[in-house]
Amino acid sequence: MLKIRIIPCLDVHAGRVVKGVRFADLVDAGDPVEQAKIYDAAGADELCFLDITASHENRETIYDVVRGTAEQCFMPLTVGGGVRTVEDIRKLLLAGADKVSINTAAVHRPEFVAEASERFGAQCIVVAIDAKATAPGTWEIFTHGGRKATGIDAVAWAERMVALGAGEILMTSMDRDGTKAGFDNALNRTVADRIRTPLIASGGVGTLDHLVDGVREGHASAVLAASIFHFGEYRVSEAKAHMAAAGIPVRP
Amino acid sequence: MTVAIIDYGSGNLRSAAKAFERQAGAPVLVTSDPDAVARADRVVLPGVGAFGDCRRGLEKLDGMLDALTEAVVAKGRPFLGICVGMQLMADAGLEHGRHPGFGWIGGEVREVTPSDPALKVPHMGWNALTVRRAHPVLDGLGDGTDVYFVHSYHLAARDAGDVLAAADHGGSITAAVGRDNMVGTQFHPEKSQAAGLRLIGNFLRWSP
Repeated sequence: MLKIRIIPCLDVHAGRVVKGVRFADLVDAGDPVEQAKIYDAAGADELCFLDITASHENRETIYDVVRGTAEQCFMPLTVGGGVRTVEDIRKLLLAGADKVSINTAAVHRPEFVAEASERFGAQCIVVAIDAKATAPGTWEIFTHGGRKATGIDAVAWAERMVALGAGEILMTSMDRDGTKAGFDNALNRTVADRIRTPLIASGGVGTLDHLVDGVREGHASAVLAASIFHFGEYRVSEAKAHMAAAGIPVRP
Repeated sequence: MTVAIIDYGSGNLRSAAKAFERQAGAPVLVTSDPDAVARADRVVLPGVGAFGDCRRGLEKLDGMLDALTEAVVAKGRPFLGICVGMQLMADAGLEHGRHPGFGWIGGEVREVTPSDPALKVPHMGWNALTVRRAHPVLDGLGDGTDVYFVHSYHLAARDAGDVLAAADHGGSITAAVGRDNMVGTQFHPEKSQAAGLRLIGNFLRWSP
């Protein structure tokens, strides 16, 4: 039986791990390769780096981070943030990423997802969607770290991305991100039940019960969390034990 | 001992090479040179993406298919195919049309179609092995060992005896195949942490 994945996510800025609350107020949280090794040893099922480096000259730092991680951690690695071209994807994969996540570039030009999927295979193309509730049961996509509304319906968008070749959907609730109030399970469930590919729930984890709820109520195939693991509130092993006790299949 | 990992433009091989080097305690050769493959003591064929693309990528390297046949079939060198590299061992792949495989393991590479529609495709993540036939390369990876999969097609073997291990995803999925000096894993040992490193070490010590 396929296990539910626990994916620690590291926000990386100019080669350092940071974690913001609601996409602001960055706090330095260490060297990404060292953090990755800790998560590898702790039994994380995958790792995710989100590169939030804004300046162009510092963009190259992510490749060093990915190279350093891939040489020492023998586990799946997803890298997102600023992925805009087929060449960006190629460079990340060559550096050692297993999957890349595409966000804003897909909104600007949806065909990019199809091109990327045809070139590299759907298995390595994750489409990241940042969504906010606009009415009960309705969610809209935002870009630019949640600042820019697009008018696009998040559920229809997820379906379109899968049709174009996304191998996985990483769904982040902008309402919940950084709040520790739990995933937006209504959003995740609505999307997960309509797509054939796995959905990774993201945004809002504050307790281990939130991870359980993300699977039971949100129908997620994987749960992504950042701050609860970074700042030592919970270990990955504790998260797994908690989920297992709740009857969710996890890798020991 | 020369271990050749064939580089034919199918994804990143850095992580795979590092995993093999860690277990071998020596450098491995990541190569697109057919002569190096023909001379190698052990051959590893990785592969990500679509079956047909991988096949074409190999064909683009002049002489590589012949070198692979020479090393693996004629000389009997230990061979490990990973993911699409394992699928290429079949007679044919049915992803985006029908494409010929090497014909080393009887059967076709077909789409994964879980009986439960709630189960997702790609089959992505950690799943438990069920060992069908004990094999030195799987030593220490008993029933229930979780390994990392990411694929939408799998090798439906004609002869059940060629299947070394399976996984369940709304039906049986071929996880590992083997015959003579050849083994293949649908899962990624280079991404399967301790269990994967163990398998790689087993392969490097294997004397078929």
